[in-house]
Amino acid sequence: MTSIFSDALTIAGKDLRNEFKSKQTIGMMVIFSALVILVFSFAFDPTNNMVRAVIPGLVWVITVFAGILGLNRSFISELENDSLTGLRSAPIDPASIYLGKVLANFTLVAVVQLISIPVLFILFGYRFTSSYFWFILILFAGTLGFIIVGTFLSALSANAKNSEMLLPVLLLPLLSPLMIAAVQATRIVLENEEIQNAVSWLQLMAAYDLLFFGACFILFEFLMEGS
Amino acid sequence: MKELESMLELKNLTKVIGEKIILRNITLTLREGETLAVIGPNGAGKSTFFKCTVGLLQPSSGEIILDGEAVKKKSAAVKKKIGFLGHESFLYSNMTPLENLRFYGKLFKVRDLEKKSKELLKEVGLYLFRDTPIHSFSRGMLQRLAIAKVLLPEPKILMLDEPHTGLDQEAVALLNRIIKEKQQGGTSILIISHDFEQVHALADRVAILKKGKVVDTIELAQHLDLQEMKAWYEKVVKEA
Repeated sequence: MTSIFSDALTIAGKDLRNEFKSKQTIGMMVIFSALVILVFSFAFDPTNNMVRAVIPGLVWVITVFAGILGLNRSFISELENDSLTGLRSAPIDPASIYLGKVLANFTLVAVVQLISIPVLFILFGYRFTSSYFWFILILFAGTLGFIIVGTFLSALSANAKNSEMLLPVLLLPLLSPLMIAAVQATRIVLENEEIQNAVSWLQLMAAYDLLFFGACFILFEFLMEGS
Repeated sequence: MKELESMLELKNLTKVIGEKIILRNITLTLREGETLAVIGPNGAGKSTFFKCTVGLLQPSSGEIILDGEAVKKKSAAVKKKIGFLGHESFLYSNMTPLENLRFYGKLFKVRDLEKKSKELLKEVGLYLFRDTPIHSFSRGMLQRLAIAKVLLPEPKILMLDEPHTGLDQEAVALLNRIIKEKQQGGTSILIISHDFEQVHALADRVAILKKGKVVDTIELAQHLDLQEMKAWYEKVVKEA
């Protein structure tokens, strides 16, 4: 198990170093989120109270759609020079490839959130008075679930001809329960409602994360044999 | 003379994909220190044979024993003994040669990684380019780096899938020199190739794979010249 984690860190480290060197994917993700925030900030009047209701949805729209841009590249980048076969022929557990990709993708999306969410609050004139702990916990659980499923499906669709189209088609329906829970929990926290109401949504997200992580972790080696 | 121990044993190896039988009951042995070349027409099942041997595909039935241990998908210890040089380089284009070697070296748990990486880069003539991203490298330079990557964990067996394809004369000479050094050092080598000249120059034994079956093998040590080897191949392929 220790070896799985250390190999996963090596793979994630390689992906992140390459990404921060080229800044191709993260640049695209940040530009996309900035554009969404800008368009919506013009579409809604920031002085209107209704804006508060839009923010939780926007947080997750940015996360999911910017994230998909990154996920699309995650395994396609391994197809050049057939590097994925190089990884598969290395003396490592196939699950460490999956875990490494999850760690790298999660970090990328977290960086995008770190930049875009404060910008979203500023442009929508939203003053954050809620609990940082609960807000970050909800963001973490929702983003992790999204990355867990997204990374697996990105590996599944990487070999397909229209992989960039296939990934959202497969991913979005599977994300529905997670996104409903994430938006509801985020709304409760941002509107300073009773935190107990958010806990049940958070529990749903935690169950989703665990269930899908277990399934993807086990199934990934079968996916690799077929690639 | 002492009988050489087998480094790789394929016992009744069969691979079925969908409803198609790709490999049929292959039984083949690669002895310690021996170089075995597998040749055959297109569609004979050479790539599938290779993928099964390296552990990238699980055989439908039969067994693959490498250095006394069964090759399975998760057998990390067995995979560590294999140096796999494929059609592609398996390298990352936006990384430098040194970064590529460091990355694979970590996955193969290579000791003295930094020192070994630099030594290998000198050996394959890429030391001066060690900090240059490889996206601008020629096919020959990529193959040299791929060779360095394969040699990094000091494998007990080298598995080379059409290693001479697309190489210039200089790179072919370098590859052959390294293969010969490894042969002298007692490394077992399995080559899949279409290049009869290179097979004749390097192999101790040649096996012909056709329609998923090993139809014949021949020892090259008995002063069989290139023309005779080609004639033997054509005859066997026609009759099989």
